[in-house]
Amino acid sequence: MPQERTDAPPAPGRAWRLPTLGPLLGLVLLCIAGTLLNREFATVDNAMNVLTRTAFIGIIAVGMCFVIISGGIDLSVGSMAALIAGVVILLMNRIAPLGWPPVAVVMVGMAAAVLLGALFGLAHGLLITRGRIEPFIVTLGTLGIFRAYLTYFADGGALALDNALADAYGPVYYGSLLGVPIPVWIFALVALAGAVLLNRTAFGRYVQAIGSNEQVARYAAVDVDRIKVLTYTLLGVCVGIATLLYVPRLGSASPTTGLLWELEAIAAVIVGGTALRGGAGSIGGTVIGAILLSVISNILNLTSIISVYLNAAVQGFVIIAVAFMQRRRP
Amino acid sequence: MKYRSRLLALAAMAALGLASPMLAQAQNKVNLGVAIPAATHSFAAGLVYWANEAKKELEKDPNIKVTIKTASGAPEQANQLQDLVTATKIDSLVILPFESAALTRPVQQVKAKGVYVTVVDRGLTDTSAQDAYVSGDNTAFGKVPAEYLAKALNGKGNIVALRGIPTTIDNERMDAFNAVMKNHPGIKVLDAKHGNWNRDDAFKVMQDYLTRFKEIDAVWAADDDMAFGVLRAIEQAKRKDIKIVFGGAGAKAMVKTLMDGSNPLIQANVSYSPKFLYDAIKMTALARKKGEKLPASTIVPSVLITKANAKDFYFPDSPF
Repeated sequence: MPQERTDAPPAPGRAWRLPTLGPLLGLVLLCIAGTLLNREFATVDNAMNVLTRTAFIGIIAVGMCFVIISGGIDLSVGSMAALIAGVVILLMNRIAPLGWPPVAVVMVGMAAAVLLGALFGLAHGLLITRGRIEPFIVTLGTLGIFRAYLTYFADGGALALDNALADAYGPVYYGSLLGVPIPVWIFALVALAGAVLLNRTAFGRYVQAIGSNEQVARYAAVDVDRIKVLTYTLLGVCVGIATLLYVPRLGSASPTTGLLWELEAIAAVIVGGTALRGGAGSIGGTVIGAILLSVISNILNLTSIISVYLNAAVQGFVIIAVAFMQRRRP
Repeated sequence: MKYRSRLLALAAMAALGLASPMLAQAQNKVNLGVAIPAATHSFAAGLVYWANEAKKELEKDPNIKVTIKTASGAPEQANQLQDLVTATKIDSLVILPFESAALTRPVQQVKAKGVYVTVVDRGLTDTSAQDAYVSGDNTAFGKVPAEYLAKALNGKGNIVALRGIPTTIDNERMDAFNAVMKNHPGIKVLDAKHGNWNRDDAFKVMQDYLTRFKEIDAVWAADDDMAFGVLRAIEQAKRKDIKIVFGGAGAKAMVKTLMDGSNPLIQANVSYSPKFLYDAIKMTALARKKGEKLPASTIVPSVLITKANAKDFYFPDSPF
């Protein structure tokens, strides 16, 4: 009897639930600490602020999760978001004088953001698969290219959306539905779609197969190149969605827009229990990872017990501690 | 032997005679190099704009040549200094060092080659490496808003402050601000966190201030980009307790807001214009042309901008 038990396979679902436990525990501990330090932390308003802020990085991290599970990486997402924001603002400012109603102009801008993201992602995918260049190098290259073009378009300064358009676009970031801000709804929808795509479709299984062993996936007749191109395109679409939520917040894009978002998105994915080498990961963990990262800076802003010079250090300690809690035992 | 030496002497004299008018002409010519950070944020974009404006004006004089190099990091700027000396053969240099410590030795080497050096904005760690120093007034940048806010609040109220990227400039400004506030015990500076001279970071910091403090009378945003993010956060929270948001540096959009009076929260600003680079370049080139020296230290004052004098600080063509 005891022997049978040791041979029994793990309960279904345990394999993906376990890695999520570490970050979830970390998040709960952080929230308790936050409430003890400042009671305002546990208010609905603050929670909504934090979740709305998380939406950009969170949506990008969902896309990044697919790329990392397939064994790839994308370093360019921050620059890509900045360039998309800049181009969309220029485009909307350009077509507004044609006499279209502002809402229509905004719709065009939003569609353009997603389309541009998809095109940039497609370009990455093709360079990586057809061009046979390492994803690290391709996206390191575009990281510089995207940001340089934004700086060029903005003449080094800031690109600002016309006032009438900014008013029409504002509700996309500042509006809310049933008391929950729009960006949080979109973040939830993107995460849900990502989870279904990863765990319930053939595409999701192929992505995981490629990440755990590309050769075996090839022998199993998986169209590896096509799946890889799709993951980068999907990430591009996620960046486009994040950007269309970002633009109405400040109504402007500058060369500092989206700075270091790539590292935050990658950190959210890894803290959430996805292996950087690929093969396995979870969307739920990624979402928790992204929230965890913004909760840290929120708590630091709500208190002044630690020197402001050490903010980045606190974030570093928490990331390492959470990664330790969810480490895979050999 | 004798003939030969005489001939040599004659030749030497002839050569000197020929060369001397050329030497006199060369003294009138100015070959000026300008080394500044690249336009990666709007203040730096303003620097590049003003450097080019100075070049345009100075090069109307055929005896003056200006070469502008922009760098995106300290090592790149050091390389550009070498290029300016060996390839462009500059005789004067105006530099806004990327980092004070890292560029002190490279500038020293340039000066050792006989180049006249004017340092702008960020002083070198060894001041013997520079001939002249031109800078904005960081103390006034903190002092002017502190005095304005203390007066506007009648010496009583709560202020939150934002800080830039941790640097000596940022410390000087914050210290000057706190020094004034010490004389006004009725005013509480609730907290000062880094918004990194960045709109997005300032938006987040301000959101959290608004969550944390229920009574805020004024915000010292300490930079116009940060003021922009702060205004959006206040607007979103629909808070009515805040009476003043004080930015800084006089970015054109904020000066325009001030001129039009279009936002009641924006009542004043303090100048810290990238135009001081334009002044430094022109001063250096013209002094060198006459063979004169600049004063060892020139401070371009930071002054209070209000609706009354805003039009003097409005440069619609500059990106900043």
